[in-house]
Amino acid sequence: MNKRIKFVNILSAILCLILIAPILIVVIVSFGKSSYMIFPPSSFSTKWYLDFFSSPDWMGSLVTSLIIGLVSSLIATTLGFLGAYSLVRGTYRNKKLLISFCLLPLIIPSIITAVALYFASVPLDLVGSKLWIAICHAALSIPVVLLILISSLQGVDQSIERAAYGLGASKFYTFTRIVIPLAAPGILSAAFFSFLTSFDELIISLFLSGVSSQTLPVRIWNSLLMDMEPVIAAISSFLILLTIVLLLLELAARRLRT
Amino acid sequence: MTDRVLPRRNESVFLRNENLIYPVLAFLLIFFVCPIVWFFIKSALDYDGSFALKLYQTFTSPLFIAVTWKTVWISLLVTILALLAAYPIAYSLTRAGPLSFTLIIICVIVPYFTSIIVRTYSWMIILGTHGVINRLLISVGIIDKPITLIYNMVGVVIGMTYVLLPYFVLTLYSAMKSIDPWLIQAGRSMGASNSYVFRKVFLPLSVPGIISGFLIVYILAIGFFITPALMGGPNNVMMAMLIQRNIEITMDWALASALSLFLLFITLIIYAFYCKYTDLDKMLGQ
Repeated sequence: MNKRIKFVNILSAILCLILIAPILIVVIVSFGKSSYMIFPPSSFSTKWYLDFFSSPDWMGSLVTSLIIGLVSSLIATTLGFLGAYSLVRGTYRNKKLLISFCLLPLIIPSIITAVALYFASVPLDLVGSKLWIAICHAALSIPVVLLILISSLQGVDQSIERAAYGLGASKFYTFTRIVIPLAAPGILSAAFFSFLTSFDELIISLFLSGVSSQTLPVRIWNSLLMDMEPVIAAISSFLILLTIVLLLLELAARRLRT
Repeated sequence: MTDRVLPRRNESVFLRNENLIYPVLAFLLIFFVCPIVWFFIKSALDYDGSFALKLYQTFTSPLFIAVTWKTVWISLLVTILALLAAYPIAYSLTRAGPLSFTLIIICVIVPYFTSIIVRTYSWMIILGTHGVINRLLISVGIIDKPITLIYNMVGVVIGMTYVLLPYFVLTLYSAMKSIDPWLIQAGRSMGASNSYVFRKVFLPLSVPGIISGFLIVYILAIGFFITPALMGGPNNVMMAMLIQRNIEITMDWALASALSLFLLFITLIIYAFYCKYTDLDKMLGQ
């Protein structure tokens, strides 16, 4: 009887190892010395990291990605917060349909969204505009923000809002002084994840970046299609580290909430 | 004072809860829905009346049928493999103690949030001619020269399954979490064996999770672009790649829009099923 449980445990341990191994392998390979990506590396060095941080092209793309990510996160989090609050506290006849609609950017294949946006951007001369890419990324991040904030706002006790309102606070005052501070950790995680969504987004950026606004994923993509420069391993590890740092910050924000 | 009801003031109509949804709806309408609708309308107009013909030509062309067929069945294979791998992981998550729970969730969450291009790249390193797998197999003596694991179907399937696996695990886990543990306990206490309880109680109760996970992963798989484009060979073109090629290489907007329309259509149908089978209302605590 217990054999079966043990079997399941061993099986899922192996599967978890398969899940995490590629991440670890990239990090280890990035410290290799040879320009062939061989695992395990025979000798170690940090030269690929130096290459990455000293290359104006790669640094330019990193800055572009950061700017686009921050702007799009700001837009998506602001709009998404209002939307999530409305969905949690408002009364609708067809809430399910409304949510299904808001999740569409997550569902519709990015290639379709990207091609359609590109089609609209060419005549409007928007290809290469960082702000425009940020706006398009925001549309993609809104479902993520909504999912996080809907669940987080459900945990905020409505009676506190009612009390403030009952004691004479205006709705606006209640919203800015009660609702937003109470939801702050949720807002923070939503902002992190919408930043990450934009930062990692490739397909829309691929069509809209033009020559001037190549984001980090776009440059990685071009390199992987051409010659697979060894510096990619270092950049990948940098992205993995950034992801882990954001996840830890999010965890800290969630601890704050409880 | 005691019988005072909540004060009702003349608040601006814009501050009613229901109205706060409008900014986000307007944003999605302008920057998401409009471009897509405009894209299809414009491509239909540009071929004034012959768009229907173009659609017909596209949908009956051998290339389209081959690519569609390939997309449909690669996605199905990937979704089934992801289910088989995700189920034991999600199941272990529901029964794990705090330490193993943390370990398992790290193994799921870190890849989940790592950018897809990085995850694909790591599999390109692993499966390449001088990759981990080939070197391991050679050193053990199973093969004597490297086998091709990348730029073919094997690479596409492995890469896609890996990328989509965390989605499936998380969907399954959230469904399994809501299964009442007392039902398992009750079955056990009435003398049923673990495997009997699993087959007759747990597995049937997890079916809704399997269905919604299956649908969502399938939707993601048929529209997949990055992994098949990097890990597939010339014979493994999937629908999303064909769309991209028609824009970037041949500049055939009409064909690209016909293909997009078809992909959109399938996606929305599966999504409608997903919405029907998944309790979106529960998410809102209703």
